[in-house]
Amino acid sequence: MTDTLHPRNPPTPPSPPAAGRPDAVPPSRPGVASRVLANPLLWPVLALVALLVVNVSATPSFLDVRIQDGHLYGNVVDIARNSAPVLLVALGMTLVIATRGIDLSVGAIAAIAGAVACTRIVGAGDEGAATTAIMACTIALAMCVLLGLWNGFLVSVIGIQPIIATLVLMVAGRGLAMLVTDGQITTVHNDAFSDLASGYVLGLPLAFLVALAMVAVTAVLTRRTALGMLIEAVGINPEASRLAGVRSRTIIWTVYVFGAVCAGLAGLIIAANTNSVNANSLGLWIELDAILAVVIGGTALTGGRFSLLGTVVGALFITTLARTIPNIGIPSEANYLFKAVVVVAVCLIQSPRARSVLRVRRPAPAALTAPKGSHA
Amino acid sequence: MKTMYEEPPVTAPRSAGEPVVEMRDISITFGSVRALDNVSLRLLPGEVHALMGENGAGKSTLIKALTGVYSIDSGTILVGGEDHRFSTPAAAQAAGISTVYQEVNLVPNLTVAENMLLGREPRRFGGIDVRAMNRRARSTLERLGLDIDPRSTLGDHPIAVQQLVAIARAVDVEARVLILDEPTSSLDTDEVVKLFEVMRRLRDTGVAVVFVSHFLDQIYEIADRMTILRNGRLVEERMVAATTQLELVKLMIGRELEVLDRLDRQRARTHEDAVPVLQAIGLSRKGSLEATDLSLYDGEVVGVAGLLGSGRTELARLLFGADTADHGSLEIRSHRRRLRSPRHAIDRKVAFSSEDRKAEGVIGDLSVADNMLLALQASRGWLRPIPQATRNRLVAEYIEALDIRPADPQALMRNLSGGNQQKVLLARWLITEPDVLILDEPTRGIDIGAKAQIQAKVAELAERGMSVVFISAELEEVLRLSDRVVVMRDRRKIAERRNEGVSISDVLEIIAGESRAEESPHD
Repeated sequence: MTDTLHPRNPPTPPSPPAAGRPDAVPPSRPGVASRVLANPLLWPVLALVALLVVNVSATPSFLDVRIQDGHLYGNVVDIARNSAPVLLVALGMTLVIATRGIDLSVGAIAAIAGAVACTRIVGAGDEGAATTAIMACTIALAMCVLLGLWNGFLVSVIGIQPIIATLVLMVAGRGLAMLVTDGQITTVHNDAFSDLASGYVLGLPLAFLVALAMVAVTAVLTRRTALGMLIEAVGINPEASRLAGVRSRTIIWTVYVFGAVCAGLAGLIIAANTNSVNANSLGLWIELDAILAVVIGGTALTGGRFSLLGTVVGALFITTLARTIPNIGIPSEANYLFKAVVVVAVCLIQSPRARSVLRVRRPAPAALTAPKGSHA
Repeated sequence: MKTMYEEPPVTAPRSAGEPVVEMRDISITFGSVRALDNVSLRLLPGEVHALMGENGAGKSTLIKALTGVYSIDSGTILVGGEDHRFSTPAAAQAAGISTVYQEVNLVPNLTVAENMLLGREPRRFGGIDVRAMNRRARSTLERLGLDIDPRSTLGDHPIAVQQLVAIARAVDVEARVLILDEPTSSLDTDEVVKLFEVMRRLRDTGVAVVFVSHFLDQIYEIADRMTILRNGRLVEERMVAATTQLELVKLMIGRELEVLDRLDRQRARTHEDAVPVLQAIGLSRKGSLEATDLSLYDGEVVGVAGLLGSGRTELARLLFGADTADHGSLEIRSHRRRLRSPRHAIDRKVAFSSEDRKAEGVIGDLSVADNMLLALQASRGWLRPIPQATRNRLVAEYIEALDIRPADPQALMRNLSGGNQQKVLLARWLITEPDVLILDEPTRGIDIGAKAQIQAKVAELAERGMSVVFISAELEEVLRLSDRVVVMRDRRKIAERRNEGVSISDVLEIIAGESRAEESPHD
């Protein structure tokens, strides 16, 4: 067909060997080194490694892991365990941000989930039973689905800007959590529940495994179905997506519900860690840590392409950072300031413009640009 | 035929008075694109000067060069005989050159007076002298014959009044030149009358008014002189009264010099008793399209001709449900349908490729494969991903069929050339196997090879039974492809012809309004 179409065209100048023959071998891939350099995960991973190096030089035994009673112990294991809440919240946040949204209410949702679960356990007939804990957590997560539906409704149906729409629940949600707990710190005695935070399975902290399982579920949900592609399409060009028939309302609704469930799980883990819930402080500012984790992981706040793996690295980075501060002897008063400086530094390193100013060279993605002659 | 495109030498009509603004040999280059190439413009006091040209002719660029938004690469700008080069719009305004843009950019929650004097409020005791401000605003409004309360909130007024306030604001600073960039595009007839009254008053006080509009009738009603641009070049400066509408249209549209391959194809047969696949009856939407009828049949190409702003794009968007119609009805395969969203149309096998490739088509950061499969995937829903094997087969098939380069399904869409992006978008819709395919300017801004391929594909699709609506500003293209030609003007359909012996000059005459033929659809 192509031959009969443009007989007047001059013979096509040299084009990539694969042009016109999609089954042919694509043009030679760039070398391993340049592929590593072009990987968007490179910088977050390097930042994490750098942080670990700092810790090891302060405390040479920082990376040591020992086995005690069949469980793994050590700083690294603690980091994995402590990262679970931020990782979970950041996971949901990644999808929300990919649609050009943001969810500020995740901290409040975590508090509500913790409050609902704890009051349920305390109020149950058999406070210590495992089934009580499972029931309570299920009800708490169901509550989170409702809260996510509310957020999604405000954003996708009413059309309120996400930052405002979720601010509503960010403020009102803590009040709701206070109502649930009657403003008291509720303490629970349930082994199954506290295992969620401090239990071990196969020698690994359960909380971390839960978070990892959630990452796996999300990966399957977004990359094995078309959800990920449609989320990205809506985030990159909402109008073009609408004209292509994408039901962006459903997509946006889905990500807010998912984000709320992730936040709820995080809230349960945080509550289980202290065997109590304080509606005022549970998950306070976790939304900011989560947003940071997403950004450090390479997902842009402007929406579009997202990286789940990047978010995992980002969450680990933030948790490691929290560990680093006492470890290298920074006074706790300077805690936030230090964190701010590190975050700014990491964001700068990731910005291509800042890097070009620093003359850090990175090869151009040559495989993507077509040679001039092939523009038929 | 050739002679009608020959351009007479530039004849500059002399009229009394020295030009208040004279732009000479202005050139501006953006990257590798020459946006303006040695363009000249003279504005005389006490005249309404129309700036004419199709999309991409360079009208806005020229205005922005004058008002200091863009800096010019070469040429001179004389204001009142002195060499000037404004670095900011504020500097241009201080020199008496005011601009009112199509979108009113005022502050809706301030009062009319506050908007008119924003940034130059009369002061008293360190605060704003509200009474003096209202007084001054009132006198300016009265001077323009406008009965608007300066103390009322701007946002409470309809857009037309807001537009007039914007003009009042612009002339409050002793403007010598007032530039109106498509001020009438969202106004109805009565509002346009009011606007013209204001323009005439200003003209009679010696202001040079620059008027940009796509409505030819309005140009002939209000403008004295016009400058015609095409593809970033000056075509001619002319007196409006000495130019027929037909001449003007020819000057604006010009002609593509290259000759494309002839498309020999069997024209679709007449369809006396065929049932239209899609039928619009009295379809209209306020401010974009007046009541329009259109029937589409299987296996035919209907070309839509008309100038920018004639309603050609608006019609397409209503047929697809991208905008919703106020009145009228749509029947798809004899079933009456209300299209509330593109999704409804897609489910009924109607597809639409927008003229605005970048804003309404391309998903730049996704791959070619994802872009191609987006519409099909969207209609399946996210829970039913297209199986990998099918994906690969479809993408490979269309990359080959449409000769998309690079032939890499994983290449990012934004790295493709315009022509290849357009082919990917065409593939996006072909994959959904529509019954009706609406293509709005599918060949604009793409190179000639890709253009020929897309045209050939359209012809092939119609032969296989698809109904295609082909909208283009290039008449040659419309006539080469279509079985029927619909001509639009001033937001409505003014003619419909079978494409049998219809020549470009016939269509030009219809567009120019010189042969207001009765509609003759022949079916």
